[in-house]
Amino acid sequence: MDFPLFFLDFFGNRILIAIVASVHVFINHPLAVGAWPLVMLMEWWGRRKGDADWDHLMYKITFVLFIVTTTVGALTGVGIWFTTALIAPFGIGTLLRVFFWAWFTEWLVFVSEVVLVMIYFLTWKRWLAGWQKSLHIGVGALLSGFSWLTMMIIVGILGFMMGSGNWPEARTLFSGFFNPIYIPQLAFRTSFAMGTAGLFVWFLLYFFTKKHSDLRRRAVRFVSGWMLIWSVPFAASSVWYWQVVPDAMRANVDVGLMTQRFAQWHETLAVIMAITLVALLLAALVGLARPKLIPRVALLIPFILGVWLLGHFERVREFIRKPYVIADYMYSNGVKVSELPVFQRDGILPYSTYVEHHTVTSANEIEAGRDVFLVTCSRCHTTSSGVNAVVNKFENLYGTGPWDDAALTAFINTMHTSRTFMPPFPGNDREVKALTAYLKELQKNRELLFGAQAGWTIRNNNQAQTGTP
Amino acid sequence: MRHLVLFAQAVPVPRDLELPLPIGEWELKLILVLLFLVHIFFVNLMVGGSLLSVFFEILGLTRPRYDSLAKKIAETITVNKSLAVVLGVGPLLCINLVYTIHFYSANALTGYAWFAIIPLVIFAFLFAYLHKYTWQIWTGGRKRLHVITGGFSAFLFLCIPLIFLTNINLMLFPGKWAEVGGFFSSLQIGNVFPRYFHFLSASLALTGLFLAGWFGRRKFPREKHLPDFTRVELRRLFYRVAFYVSLAQLVFGPLLLFTLPGVGVTGTLYWVILSGAAVVLIVLHILWRQIKMPDEKISRLYIPIWMLFGVVVLLMGTGRHVYREACLVEHKQMIADETARFNAIELATQMSIRAGMGAGEALGGGMTGEKVFQNCAACHAVDRVLAAPSLREVYSLYKDNPAGIVAWSKNPGKKRPQFAPMPSFAHLGDEKLTLVADYILEIASGADSAKSEPSD
Ligand code: HEC
Ligand code: HEC
Repeated sequence: MDFPLFFLDFFGNRILIAIVASVHVFINHPLAVGAWPLVMLMEWWGRRKGDADWDHLMYKITFVLFIVTTTVGALTGVGIWFTTALIAPFGIGTLLRVFFWAWFTEWLVFVSEVVLVMIYFLTWKRWLAGWQKSLHIGVGALLSGFSWLTMMIIVGILGFMMGSGNWPEARTLFSGFFNPIYIPQLAFRTSFAMGTAGLFVWFLLYFFTKKHSDLRRRAVRFVSGWMLIWSVPFAASSVWYWQVVPDAMRANVDVGLMTQRFAQWHETLAVIMAITLVALLLAALVGLARPKLIPRVALLIPFILGVWLLGHFERVREFIRKPYVIADYMYSNGVKVSELPVFQRDGILPYSTYVEHHTVTSANEIEAGRDVFLVTCSRCHTTSSGVNAVVNKFENLYGTGPWDDAALTAFINTMHTSRTFMPPFPGNDREVKALTAYLKELQKNRELLFGAQAGWTIRNNNQAQTGTP
Repeated sequence: MRHLVLFAQAVPVPRDLELPLPIGEWELKLILVLLFLVHIFFVNLMVGGSLLSVFFEILGLTRPRYDSLAKKIAETITVNKSLAVVLGVGPLLCINLVYTIHFYSANALTGYAWFAIIPLVIFAFLFAYLHKYTWQIWTGGRKRLHVITGGFSAFLFLCIPLIFLTNINLMLFPGKWAEVGGFFSSLQIGNVFPRYFHFLSASLALTGLFLAGWFGRRKFPREKHLPDFTRVELRRLFYRVAFYVSLAQLVFGPLLLFTLPGVGVTGTLYWVILSGAAVVLIVLHILWRQIKMPDEKISRLYIPIWMLFGVVVLLMGTGRHVYREACLVEHKQMIADETARFNAIELATQMSIRAGMGAGEALGGGMTGEKVFQNCAACHAVDRVLAAPSLREVYSLYKDNPAGIVAWSKNPGKKRPQFAPMPSFAHLGDEKLTLVADYILEIASGADSAKSEPSD
């Protein structure tokens, strides 16, 4: 990639994206996609019964939803974009050029959603009766629709970015949307969001109602009924999703290494899905039969399960993900497929702007190797800390003793053919040698590397520079 | 701990992305400028609102009627701040497209601060809500805590535009990128602070004008919310805010203009900015007349004042764009040349590969067992254990059975607990795998091979 490199060595670039994305999903699913229709329905119910206390309770719950979705919810959504653009500007920049109108539409939907959230909450106490109340419930319905639409589009775009589309041939967004797991995944996410929204609203009820009040009992009943109903599509879409995933894997991942890990992942997925479903059902049934029985903390259990499930769920991307940001066009380190031969012949350093050395010499070998690491590996690996540290990866393979040069060289030269999730090495033999020198140095001296955001150390041109670009 | 090293080169000239823009560059720039103005309008109201709210709340400590005014101002922030954020995404999409290289580079160079925008906005919003919804609760002894809460949220609101502005500024000066050491050092590049103060006073002026209309409108239930003020009083008060702050722009404006780094300063820029300034003078004059008006006439020119302000904003926005273009025109050309140069190399390389392929590879003549073995050499060696059993061991297992090696490589099992699993090589295909199987058996068939026993 030909941008200054933002690099979080102590933490890992990918962890940053994972955290922001996870927070967003955990808020967006139960609190926006799931909770708005539930709250709207309950508002409608309260109006039918003419119950002012019920209505006020729903207002309070909406207050919490309003605060959370307009702050953490909305901002982490923007944050996903911020972080990915920071870490993979070449990828986001290219995707934007292809899908500008899709993102533009997504933006308009997002604006509408936020505007509707504000109208829904801020007019609650003003539009209390008659046609105004009907209008208010209507706004709630519209809001529910837009929240779902946002998720629908986002999941499609993410699905596409994760590399299941046949973009180079078709070059349309639809190939991303209609990849084989999109619809089952959407069904799963929808019913999951609805079910967990029930849990969340239930949890909130306890803060806003008195312990033995009739209001609490009735509200818990209502929410339990909602959860019970949604557990049916939840179960169905879980099975559906679980069944289509292996096919999608086979179509996208042609490597055996994955099959073992995948088999493991797939089994665990079934177990977590089943436990979550049982917990949801159990809570719903007890809630219906004995609304007072379940203590507040117990509600957290299915919720935590849900969090675990979503986390596990996200890992499927690791499997589907090819070494590409954009299938068959650009690898995740920003190297285009078409420019690979140039780099493999001339080396990548002569064509990289933001590196110290543009050619490898015997005098600068380790430093140039560090440049090679930054340009070719650092989008996916840290040096020596975090979950995907390159030193640890090599130690897993070759042990903690001094590594064998020939083995390292062979590894780098064939990193793509033996592990198709990694791109081919985009450099020449001289750079492979420099990289191995750096890696061996790194093994001895585990030094953290700071990215461009922490400032450059400037060296002057007239200082003995051994090679010129 | 090591920082990246860069040789101090004059101007970095990177390659651009290859794909064309989705729509014409001019259309995109037009959309960018327009969407940006809508966004910045709400940003102004958000920042100005939170500053004024805190200001009047402090005033209200001694003069209680200003406290209710401060509360009503705080309530306007709820909607304005959310619109500011969501409406910001559109122009951000556009600027990402039009200035991909420059914008992303500036983002990376100020990476920590740039990312910090997300948590900063979240906390600014949360504190703004806390400020608004505890107004009636944190009274008496806790009033001070309440003011501090508002002050903190206003402080966060002040940080966010500074980070944005620093990025937009930094992207204009690629010649300085090599000197930048993160966010704080990039504050010294160009004229960040004059721009920032200009932005702040514009925010206060626009908010003043907005509030003059918001509280001064007929439908505003003033008797209920602000019984201690008359409508005219409110109008005049906020006209005054708008007036005095705009007066300050007569200092900040020229300061900004004359501290602009020379690269982008052109005649056109002067014309645009000076016409903007001329309109400001007209607005100032009208505002002054309004403030001095008798009560019954004060509301009449509200809409025309907004229209004039609109013209100012449009001219200043255009000026900013003209400057940006002039700054970058040369560098953009250098990037385009560099990209074209590289594309030519890329094309030539592909042609020569295609030509070369015809002779050797296509006939299959180039592939040997030794070459294919490169795929295995990362883990397997003849006598040593790298990350897998040695080839001697493989030999003892598959001596007369190369097909067994092929079958295993296509679908490896898991036998030895001390190793990570071997990846499948099914994608190499039978032909290559047969070559490599023969090759392995050949190189591993040393004299002492009979000695090694299968390990399991
Ligand atoms: C597309 C992102 C990506 C890039 C670029 C990348 N890797 Fe990897 N690499 C991975 C992933 C994903 C794994 C598997 C991590 C795991 O085991 O969970 C991996 C695993 C590894 C392993 C362990 C392999 C094994 O079989 O256990 C090594 C060693 C490694 N990478 C080295 C490198 C080096 C050196 C570079 C740069 C030349 C590099 N990688 C570039 C994504 C990447
Ligand atoms: C990432 C490292 C790695 C690479 C690359 C690799 N192998 Fe292996 N190989 C292993 C490991 C680990 C084992 C031992 C597996 C076990 O016993 O669990 C193994 C075992 C084998 C065996 C012995 C099987 C048996 O029955 O015990 C053969 C044959 C073999 N590999 C062939 C190959 C060939 C051919 C290639 C190249 C096309 C190759 N390997 C590339 C790691 C690797």
